Amino acid sequence: MNAQLDYVEIRDLTVEFDGFVAVDSVDLTLLQGRVHFLIGPNGAGKTTLVDAVTGLANASGLVRYGSTDLLGLKPHQVVRAGVGRTFQTATVFEQLTVLQNLDIAGGVHRKARSMMRARRGIPSYVEEALDAVGLVDLRDRPAGVLAHGQKQWLEIGMLLVQDAKVMLLDEPVAGMSAEEREETGELLRRIGTERTIAVIEHDMDFVRTFADVVTVMHAGKVLTEGTVAEIQANQKVQEVYLGRTVEGATHA
Amino acid sequence: MKRFSTLPALNLIGIAALAVALLVLAPAVLDDFRLGNLAKYCCYAMVAVGIGLAWGRGGMLVLGQGMFFGLGAYVMAFHLKLEAAGPDAIPDFMMLYGNGTMPAWWEPFRSGAFTLFMVVALPATVSTLLGLAVFKRRIKGAYFAILSQALAVAFATLIISQIEVTGGFNGLSAFTSFFGYSLYDPINQRMIFFITAGLLVAMLLVAFQLYRSRFGELLIATRDAEERVRFLGHDPANIKLVAFVIAAVMAGIGGAMFVPIVGIVSPLDIDEVASIGLIAGVALGGRATLLGPAIGALAVGYAKTSLSETFPGSWTYFQGALFVLVILFLPGGLAQLPSYLGRLRPARKQKQVPALQAEGAA
Ligand SMILES: Nc1ncnc2c1ncn2[C@@H]1O[C@H](COP(=O)(O)OP(=O)(O)OP(=O)(O)O)[C@@H](O)[C@H]1O
Ligand SMILES: [Mg+2]
Repeated sequence: MNAQLDYVEIRDLTVEFDGFVAVDSVDLTLLQGRVHFLIGPNGAGKTTLVDAVTGLANASGLVRYGSTDLLGLKPHQVVRAGVGRTFQTATVFEQLTVLQNLDIAGGVHRKARSMMRARRGIPSYVEEALDAVGLVDLRDRPAGVLAHGQKQWLEIGMLLVQDAKVMLLDEPVAGMSAEEREETGELLRRIGTERTIAVIEHDMDFVRTFADVVTVMHAGKVLTEGTVAEIQANQKVQEVYLGRTVEGATHA
Repeated sequence: MKRFSTLPALNLIGIAALAVALLVLAPAVLDDFRLGNLAKYCCYAMVAVGIGLAWGRGGMLVLGQGMFFGLGAYVMAFHLKLEAAGPDAIPDFMMLYGNGTMPAWWEPFRSGAFTLFMVVALPATVSTLLGLAVFKRRIKGAYFAILSQALAVAFATLIISQIEVTGGFNGLSAFTSFFGYSLYDPINQRMIFFITAGLLVAMLLVAFQLYRSRFGELLIATRDAEERVRFLGHDPANIKLVAFVIAAVMAGIGGAMFVPIVGIVSPLDIDEVASIGLIAGVALGGRATLLGPAIGALAVGYAKTSLSETFPGSWTYFQGALFVLVILFLPGGLAQLPSYLGRLRPARKQKQVPALQAEGAA
């Protein structure tokens, strides 16, 4: 066990699109070993927050990981610093096989010369990732034919191969069956001990089962942070989020 | 893992078959004139292999490869002009168009070694600078295509305007020897054919290795989802740059061999129309396949010669029509034809399911 726990420190993070403030002075600390959930109604700024951390959106403030400020880095530099992410709509390389998708994610750690060689056998870390995300049987299939949930798993697998120490997952269980959610949650728990993981999620059952900490966002701001029980008891949260989704669901 | 090796094996057999056809069969059955024509098509095919890499695999629609073809060609033409002039003498056209003196930068092209170096180095350098400027700025798609074609136009215009050093619109011709070997001797012409065909086969082998390498996979990934590649920790600009530079070098070498074979290089060989001609064969043959671009280019070269003999002046229209038709109806090129025809047969669907299951279970 590490004596020193890894963490990501986000301070005063603000993202503005043409005068519209999508993320508003957010302070957030992600800590290794706990699965941190980020919830909030649509448009709360969750994805934009992750975009800012991973170099996709221009932001002001500070995002410190180790000794580096991630803000100002290009996306590929953020990845090389050890921070990986997945996307709300799973994006994998559809023409490549599952195995190729996973293998290609290991490129960060390879020397340029070895890139010019064909793959010989399957590297052990690719094998492990394949196993961890349960896609062993599908490894030679083109990723394009995978079901949505399987693509999400593949993306997580790619982060494992990439050896991302920080994983930012944008709605990884959307579109999954209850059983698949369960498996995904268990997986996150397993890999979460050595990593710093943040998960954006709407599904409250999933959050209840697997969250160590929950941060609630609303209109670009952090509304509150706490355990699931604390969040559920919070009046403000019920108003802006829980209340509304319940209402929305009954009206729909 | 076994399945990975079937396609590469097929490709290797294909390269071997093409090598036998070019290096054994063709010299045995073709007369010197036809063999010379085939050598010319091989030059186009070299460019095509590069286009297949940049466009088919990398998604960069390189509409201006004539420029890199031209860089290689003119570098070679400089040397051959000096060879024809003889030691210490200057090329004939400089007396004609200029003031009878040769610019100092022409002097190094007397050296064969320097010339060969520049055939590779010049396209490589120009494409690197260009690629860095373009890809780092994330210029892609139609913008990239238009830019590359505009550069071919600009380059041809530049060549035309610098008549004292390039021969202008008439180009450079009247070469007598190729690295000491007389160009009038049919034996030497055959030798040049063998070198050219050998270079084409070598480039196919390079492409073969690139396609099966991890870089090849990354290039396809970049073509299909450039933004996603950033989140693997790569700058897609660098990946595209490598493919673009290799394609430029292949075009340059093709251009260099073109000069002793055809005996003349002029702006018409390297401008935007010539560039479209180069890419038409790639589209026809199947841009994303290994052998398709080369075979397509050979076929288009042959068709051009034959049609021009029968209907002079019709070629440009034919070529344009071919390009449009292929892009519209057969975007994968002739290589796609079997599966295209297969799709017309309803029986295929039922056959496919067990095949896929077998694959998944393996
Ligand atoms: N590139 C952009 N330009 C302008 N506005 C944007 C941009 N990206 C996001 N926004 C706006 O920022 C706000 C936050 O969006 P974001 O996608 O971060 O929400 P979210 O919390 O992830 O929502 P969801 O749960 O629906 O995914 C929204 O109002 C959105 O319209
Ligand atoms: Mg979102």
